[in-house]
Amino acid sequence: MASQVTTQAASSFDAERVRGDFPALHQEVHGQPLVYLDSAATTLKPQVVIDAVDEVYARDCANIHRAVHLLSQRATARFEGAREKVRAFLNARKTSEIVFTRGTTESINLVAQSFGRPRLGEGDEVLVTELEHHSNIVPWQLLCQQTGAKLVVVPITDRGEVLLEAFETKLSKRTKIVAFAHVSNALGTVLPASEIIAMAHASGAVTVLDGAQAVSHVEADMQALDCDFYAFSGHKLYGPTGIGVLYGKERLLEEMPPYQGGGDMIRSVTFEETIYNELPYKFEAGTPNIAGAIGLGAAVDYYSSFDLPAVHAYEADVLRYATDALQTVPGLRLIGTAPGKVSALSFLMDAAHPHDIGTIVDAEGVAVRTGHHCAQPVMEHFGVAATARASLGMYNTKADIDALVRALHKVQELFG
Amino acid sequence: MDLRELYQEVILDHGKNPRNHRFPEPYNREGRGYNPLCGDKITLRLQLDGDTISDIGFIGQGCAISQASCSTMTEALKGKTLAEVEALFGKFHAMVTTDADAANEDALGKLAVFAGVREFPMRVKCATLGWHTLQQALHDEAGEAKTE
Repeated sequence: MASQVTTQAASSFDAERVRGDFPALHQEVHGQPLVYLDSAATTLKPQVVIDAVDEVYARDCANIHRAVHLLSQRATARFEGAREKVRAFLNARKTSEIVFTRGTTESINLVAQSFGRPRLGEGDEVLVTELEHHSNIVPWQLLCQQTGAKLVVVPITDRGEVLLEAFETKLSKRTKIVAFAHVSNALGTVLPASEIIAMAHASGAVTVLDGAQAVSHVEADMQALDCDFYAFSGHKLYGPTGIGVLYGKERLLEEMPPYQGGGDMIRSVTFEETIYNELPYKFEAGTPNIAGAIGLGAAVDYYSSFDLPAVHAYEADVLRYATDALQTVPGLRLIGTAPGKVSALSFLMDAAHPHDIGTIVDAEGVAVRTGHHCAQPVMEHFGVAATARASLGMYNTKADIDALVRALHKVQELFG
Repeated sequence: MDLRELYQEVILDHGKNPRNHRFPEPYNREGRGYNPLCGDKITLRLQLDGDTISDIGFIGQGCAISQASCSTMTEALKGKTLAEVEALFGKFHAMVTTDADAANEDALGKLAVFAGVREFPMRVKCATLGWHTLQQALHDEAGEAKTE
């Protein structure tokens, strides 16, 4: 029954047509047609996003929330319009819960410093998992150094899963913050977010989700998840770089002091006293990335215009195909085999080091990531210094996977 | 793009079977190298008698380029004086970064196989990791050798 639904949903999504929307796909690298398999690092951008950013600078170029002139009115309307698009995409209750940041990293740092720092102290714990990206480790380490709190790590299995039992053994009354990736960037594992959030809440902890890898592959519904904070980056959702989002429950954001001081985040300033602006502007000091936010709004519009369950089903189909195809390559070992995983295929080859794999497949026009993927604890778990990683976007096809496999055979030829 | 320019037989051979992949005993200089970009790590040890390198070896892991570079470097440096080592380092560095003519220098010998690295800017650090680690070992700089 389930597979029937999947097949029908997948058939309603036309990746070939989508490819026409992405100009960067239509180029040659080293004389070969580009095969882009690095969307976990950054997704390519559709023309509508490029046009939206272009239009800000070419037409509506003004600062926002300030002047009475028409250009500023247009820029402000588009900027706040983008906030509403993000709210709807995340199914947040209010636009006041949507804070624009530079990206996932800044969003997490904001929560650590503004929410965590005044509240945590000796005896408190911050709980993360072993598969986190450095951006969901280091901000908490800094917080722990500042407050005397302790960083506690939930281990992963050798398939790259986070088991609820493992989580439960680390969760205690000392746990004040639970921070975890919705989807792992190095392994593609989808974490059981709803269950973890419910368990954390039952124990009195606040939850922070790193959604950087999730928003373009799984549903991110704030009210359904009931998470307290959720961070993501525009550039991994087909939007521009330098713009991201922090979702926070209004009640918590209200209680928090500003992260940075400056213009736009104040209501009134005297040398004796400053009254902060209302949400979300309290957290948006200085002139923001206006074009970036508007570009992100266009990306959300673009992505949401598809039947998203069909997109997810299509991607799952390509991932299954890729998983099978890679395993036909002699001496190739997949790292991260959690059931229900999405997008990312980390792998090693007996014949060659990941760095050499990356260079050789690049010569064949295939772009993959090599290295530790800013997740060194994951690499340590699997006892490797680095992996090669192919990761999928909605524009990838089975033909891309075939090209990757052909390129990996070249690695075999050269090194075998 | 011809990958054979980069992955010459000598490099493939030394990458697979690095020479001097052991620690010399005794030794009186040590350097540690780490490339944070790709996780390549090496420890280089050598015995300096007067101003001559009488023995040298390394233990480490990394890509074919970095391992082959360490391997050929240790072969080239055994028995060399510090002045000769500095001259080789200068020529090698120039060859993989800027100067096409440096590859033609007889002095580089087998090391000239790394000339192709110049065409792959992302891989220059792989080829120079061992050499930067050598600099650290010889000049006793604190901490790890960086490839920056």
